[in-house]
Amino acid sequence: MQAAIELDNLRFGWTAETPLLSIERFKVDRDERLFLQGESGSGKSTLLNLVGGVLEPNAGEIRLLDMGLHSLSKTRRDAFRADHIGFIFQMFNLLPYLNVLDNVTLPCSFSRNRRDRAVLRDGSVEGAAQRLLGHLELNDPALLKRPVTELSMGQQQRVAVARALIGAPEILIADEPTSALDVSNRDRFISLLLQECEVLETTLLFVSHDPALRSHFDRVENLHHLNQTEANV
Amino acid sequence: MILLRLTARSLWHRRTTALLTLLTIGVSVMLLLGVEKVRTETRTSFANTLSGTDLIVGARSGQIQLLLYSIFRMGDATSNISWQSYQLVAKHRQVAWTVPISLGDSHKGYRVLGTNQDYFKHYKYGNRIPLSFEQGRQFDALYDVVLGADVAEKLGYKLGSKVVVAHGIGNASFSKHEDKPFTVVGILERTGTPVDQTLHLSLEALEAIHIDWKAGVRIPGTNVSAEEAAKMQLQPKQITAFLVGVKSKVATFHLQRSINNYRKEPMLAILPGVALQQLWDMVGIAEKALMLVSALVVVAGLVGMLTVILTSLNERRRELAILRSVGARAWQILLLLTLESALLTLLGVGFGILLLYLGILLAQPVLASQIGVFIPLSALTFYQWQLLGVVVVCGTLTGLIPGYRAYRYSVADGMTIRV
Repeated sequence: MQAAIELDNLRFGWTAETPLLSIERFKVDRDERLFLQGESGSGKSTLLNLVGGVLEPNAGEIRLLDMGLHSLSKTRRDAFRADHIGFIFQMFNLLPYLNVLDNVTLPCSFSRNRRDRAVLRDGSVEGAAQRLLGHLELNDPALLKRPVTELSMGQQQRVAVARALIGAPEILIADEPTSALDVSNRDRFISLLLQECEVLETTLLFVSHDPALRSHFDRVENLHHLNQTEANV
Repeated sequence: MILLRLTARSLWHRRTTALLTLLTIGVSVMLLLGVEKVRTETRTSFANTLSGTDLIVGARSGQIQLLLYSIFRMGDATSNISWQSYQLVAKHRQVAWTVPISLGDSHKGYRVLGTNQDYFKHYKYGNRIPLSFEQGRQFDALYDVVLGADVAEKLGYKLGSKVVVAHGIGNASFSKHEDKPFTVVGILERTGTPVDQTLHLSLEALEAIHIDWKAGVRIPGTNVSAEEAAKMQLQPKQITAFLVGVKSKVATFHLQRSINNYRKEPMLAILPGVALQQLWDMVGIAEKALMLVSALVVVAGLVGMLTVILTSLNERRRELAILRSVGARAWQILLLLTLESALLTLLGVGFGILLLYLGILLAQPVLASQIGVFIPLSALTFYQWQLLGVVVVCGTLTGLIPGYRAYRYSVADGMTIRV
């Protein structure tokens, strides 16, 4: 099976004396839906910034879709992230001054690849946004022009999913996306998210501290076990 | 394009602070342009007041003083010149024409100028434009008066209206020549010069109204009626100044030197252009100081904008992180903040221009009547556009400061905020 995300002998710390992450080997296969459990302060967000190419490891290698991030310049890494990775965060991750449609189509303004893929599949970027929102049960056409601040938390998270998936990026990284939702909304949200990833054949790296979500995923890893820093060991 | 759209939407989302910033920049730009416009229009207005006159001759004083009281009706002459000296110069072989000027009286705050009919023939303003009549004609009879456009308009005078001249130039003089009223026989076309605010009558008429006066008061026991005065010898003994046109421009300097060296009476002949330049040299320092203050106000406006953007930056770190997560590069974040400053400055400049024209529209009549300078609603000059260009460039460069800080934030924060 080809790997979507691979980490080899990854070492990272804000200072050399205090390493935060030390991962010998970590791999997420293509089309896999992986649940990465990690407590608050365990280095989840740092790991996501490393995988997203925003941070550079002190040592080791990160490969995404068989491309070594270390071989890319900062600008190329930014472009690679824009083209191939979608992100969902826990809350307030939509731009309050844009309406629903503009929030969803935003990644296509920064990535030509994703724009081309959206147009190829749905005829237009707006068409792709509408299709995704429809799949996520946000069918009302009047909703498209509404400010995102008028939506419920559950609706906002579904808009965030549509934004992360527009232009069919190969990898979707979700960082605690359900922490602001109640149980019924949470289960509904995860079910829609997994369903959409299935349709688009997207690799999902789902990071959360909540063990109750483990059952929804193909595989479960624990960051505490993966991280081999002295503090952890 | 997306960055510009995001900037505009983000600014609209924070429209209260954005509007206050716009107001600050707008007012400062209006001040800068206003000072510059008043400066240039005042110069133009002064330069346009007199043309075609080669020399102005008055009692010996200062060049600027003579220019100001004889042409711009500002201040007073220290002394007069005799009619004989005037005649001597007027008959000089190099002199083509002269226009005598006698000042000292007023009517409801407007200056009264005694002259002869050559004034209407030789006095020219702007690009050698002669005076013309909107209504009526030149003075002919002794008690005829010709009004400048502003005098007629502001005081509501028409042809045939009666005008009483007051002694002295105060706005509320108690010494009035009520026994010798004048009749309005002509109203001049508007010139945009002090002529508009002047009442013109003959030198003989000035003599007539002062025939029973001495040292500013009526001679006790004398009462010469208007009719009696008309029959008397009314040739003036003194005048305030006179304008000279020479036959050949080459002779101007020779004539000027001759007048200035005239031993029997201390007189001063000046070249209007040179005196005006001397005036500009003198007021240039004040102009520069005013421009400096205006420029500092613009700097204060831009610093205000910088403060607003920097203050909001910490609250906007989440927004910047979101943009990074959807694919925005760090340099695009820098550009976003710089664009915000550029857009605010550009809109502020536009708002400033709007305020300027609104201000001119409101202040136009006041400036014209109070200082005699008409500020037209004309297009901005190339220099003024250059000033605005400098403001926009400075505003954009100012945006690099929050832009760089946002860039640092977005490099450090990445897609999640570290606080």
